[in-house]
Amino acid sequence: MAIGVKVLARPSRDVSYVRATLKGMALTFKHMFEKKVTMQYPEERSTDAEHGGGQWSLAPRWRGTHRMLTDEQGRSKCVACGLCPQICPANCIKLVPGEDEEGHRYPLIYEIDEFRCIFCGYCQEVCPEEAIHVGVHYENSEYSRGRFVYDLERLSSQTHAVSTLWDPTDPKGE
Amino acid sequence: VTPEMKGFLLLSIIKMLVVFTVIMVGVALLTLMERKVSAWMQNRRGPNRVGPAGLLQPAADGLKNILKEETLPGQASRWLFILAPAMSFVPALLLFAVIPFAAPLPVDFDFSLGPLGQFVHHGLMPMVVADLPIGFLFVLAISSMGVYGIALAGWASNSKYALLGGLRAAAQMVSYEVPMGLSLIPVLLLSGNVSLSAIIRDQQMSLWYVLPLFLSFFIFLVSGFAETNRLPFDLPEAESELIAGYHTEYSAMKFSFFFIAEYSNVVTVCAMVTTLFFGGWDIPFTHWDETGGVLQSIATAGFFFVKVMFWIFFVMWIRWTLPRFRYDQLMSLGWKVLLPLSLAYIMVVCVAIYVVEHVLGLTDPILEGLSLFALSVVVSILVFGVLDRGVFVRGSGRQRRPLNAPARRAPAVT
Repeated sequence: MAIGVKVLARPSRDVSYVRATLKGMALTFKHMFEKKVTMQYPEERSTDAEHGGGQWSLAPRWRGTHRMLTDEQGRSKCVACGLCPQICPANCIKLVPGEDEEGHRYPLIYEIDEFRCIFCGYCQEVCPEEAIHVGVHYENSEYSRGRFVYDLERLSSQTHAVSTLWDPTDPKGE
Repeated sequence: VTPEMKGFLLLSIIKMLVVFTVIMVGVALLTLMERKVSAWMQNRRGPNRVGPAGLLQPAADGLKNILKEETLPGQASRWLFILAPAMSFVPALLLFAVIPFAAPLPVDFDFSLGPLGQFVHHGLMPMVVADLPIGFLFVLAISSMGVYGIALAGWASNSKYALLGGLRAAAQMVSYEVPMGLSLIPVLLLSGNVSLSAIIRDQQMSLWYVLPLFLSFFIFLVSGFAETNRLPFDLPEAESELIAGYHTEYSAMKFSFFFIAEYSNVVTVCAMVTTLFFGGWDIPFTHWDETGGVLQSIATAGFFFVKVMFWIFFVMWIRWTLPRFRYDQLMSLGWKVLLPLSLAYIMVVCVAIYVVEHVLGLTDPILEGLSLFALSVVVSILVFGVLDRGVFVRGSGRQRRPLNAPARRAPAVT
């Protein structure tokens, strides 16, 4: 071999072919009768506690489609500070701020394009009012592309759990 | 044309249709079984959405394959490209024609059918499409034709991957043809006949040949795996190396034909193993099944089915257990292990049969079988002891050192 490949002598005393094959076959045969690990998705859902949700559940740190939290009067907690569109690496948040007569700032338009979103969770991290959150949720099918731009009303009306994100002081989530 | 000939023809056509239908439906269900078995072995469930427990999955797959686009690569050799799937498909199905699948069935009829005239059949009908007196040679001859389809598919596609797959298939199948044929010589020595029906009859009278001829069975099984391109020897397909090997460029129904051919080859090899080494349709420990009759035919057909299904399961079991051989290992196993082994075994069996029949003078077939069985146990232990050490299948790099490597010295110990 011209390029000087290092060739290792193979162990010849402790090799086994026939025994190893039989052992492998015993192993695969044993596996046939073990518990199946597949989740039967439409029937069992990880978000649904009644149908195996306890056994199969999304991590609380899961970053899915967004949710806007609201205060007691049902208004969104957002103060239109503009930090989330600023930090968003995918530039998927559209925010037009407004101000009422008492000087409270609120979003006139708040839209998230879930197609552009990369679900990094920075918007939740940066939000000073803990208003925008990424959610523990993954079933997002729609019949048209336009439906994937979530407006403020849609973001506020969703009820799924919000992500806890990753906590640097508790890296393993314990 | 006598009425008897017409009766024979009628029965043959019926048997052909029945066997063809059973094989095609069986092959479809085998694709499902393969997926189920693989799923179970990997703690999954397998297809279970189409129909009850996924039983209609093959129908859905078939429908999909019929509706898909038939692609034809621009530079492909058009007619050979179209011909190749058929050429691998036909021998696969043809082989089953000579395999007896049940005890002979008594059929008596005598009727006339308008202008076609009189149809007559009396007596036992052998439950095999063509009860050829050379059944066994027919199998060897036809099984070697399967390689044409695959090699042609590889060549006609005008694709690197397909060509490599075709080349591999040609080399592999030709190589394993040899030990396969030679491993069956001891069967012929023992039965003294090449007709598969006669071989089954002989096994009914003595022992199933797997006991006295275990090594033959082993070599036949391994070569059978290689002939059908099933997993430890699926180098012509070699997903991880050649995309899909010889059928890389095939789509839709043409691809399906290769798939059907592969599974019909599996069925045939399993049926051959059953016929040659496991008594065919014989029900062990009873002589009730050897006299023809309706009940006997049904029972033996069921037993044949069970045996074949076991071997099909075994093939799948091996597939989901063993990884693929490296190409040089495959070749060295074929030429350096199985070929000398089968040649030596022919000699051993020749001598053993001579000694048993002429020196010891045992004429009872069961005693003869038992004494050969004792020999086979000893020989098998020796052979598998050597094989287990991997003396023949070891890495290719062992013999050679790099040209400019320093002289061998003890590794530095710190």
